[in-house]
Amino acid sequence: MKCSRMTCPPPMHELSICRAVLRLVEDIARTHAAIVRKVEVRVGPLSGVEPKLLARAWPIAAAGTVADASELRIEAADVVVRCRQCGASTPASVNDLICGACGDWHTDLVSGDELMLLHVELAAHVAANVE
Amino acid sequence: MCETCGCAVTAATVSSADQAVLRHLLEDNDHMAGHNREHFAEHGVLVVNLMSAPGSGKTSLLEATIDSLKGEFRIGVIEGDLETENDALRIRSHGVPAVQITTGSACHLDAHMVHEAVHELDLDDLDILFIENVGNLVCPAAFDLGQHRNVVLLSVTEGDDKPVKYPVMFRAADLVLISKSDLAPYIDDFDRGRAEHALRRIACAAPVFTLSARRCTALDPWLDWLRAMSAEARVPA
Repeated sequence: MKCSRMTCPPPMHELSICRAVLRLVEDIARTHAAIVRKVEVRVGPLSGVEPKLLARAWPIAAAGTVADASELRIEAADVVVRCRQCGASTPASVNDLICGACGDWHTDLVSGDELMLLHVELAAHVAANVE
Repeated sequence: MCETCGCAVTAATVSSADQAVLRHLLEDNDHMAGHNREHFAEHGVLVVNLMSAPGSGKTSLLEATIDSLKGEFRIGVIEGDLETENDALRIRSHGVPAVQITTGSACHLDAHMVHEAVHELDLDDLDILFIENVGNLVCPAAFDLGQHRNVVLLSVTEGDDKPVKYPVMFRAADLVLISKSDLAPYIDDFDRGRAEHALRRIACAAPVFTLSARRCTALDPWLDWLRAMSAEARVPA
């Protein structure tokens, strides 16, 4: 018998993000009376969500829903800051958000904390395809 | 509904339908957080979300704060923990209402959990509501609860480079409290200047106060900050 403790627990935080995605795509699927084939999201490295864990949690969360066996495509986002002092937009990293042009730390994030649903690809119910 | 066979959909109508959507993944949570915020605004209650690693002294800070502000503010607390009512019991022993949320294995509070807990409190009887989030420097940062301000604790025993290790959490901070300052003499590798430098490196402009809740030392800047924030929250929107 396989001991359940030996398997990795599902990542809780990413599971709740998956459930939030599912609520959105279930609504869309219901409106179109369809099932979900593919879901595309954009996840920035400063969103607090780990893409690898999200990918792992997706099939678990989606099982038994209209998105059962659907593909989750995760698009990364670059970290970019805009400087309040010199106005430059420069690439940055998750733990270094200092202006790349003048070195000031008074910057605003332009990109990098996205947590967005971009596309949902729908398909007809299996029953409709049987004809 | 397909009129021919009664199935829910015909293949022709939605085959590979590509639905372009641009929606925030947590909009359900954010919607509820907005609703919570309206509740708080109606009652002029300041709501502060306390976050930190487990064991940084959130509950001790609350105990010291409640005692210091007794008679000045009516305080309530929502406690988030994976298990037990221990923290709520500690808070109630100081004579203020506390609602315990036990999340089971969930690593953070969300706006729905807070909404339920808020309905166990009478907001008319409160000036400040503290939400003590689950001890965790990762997950709680992603979930808006409807709070006015985020306060993140960093105890001197944790290391002064925590802000660059956990940028998502510290970027969310409106105020950073360096806690357990009474232990600082025994911790020779924690440097307040380095902690502040780490915060600025992640473009966090939050003020930094150092205090000891256990010894009740240097609490005044924190208490004055609360007074100022409470005055802001009382102004009708």
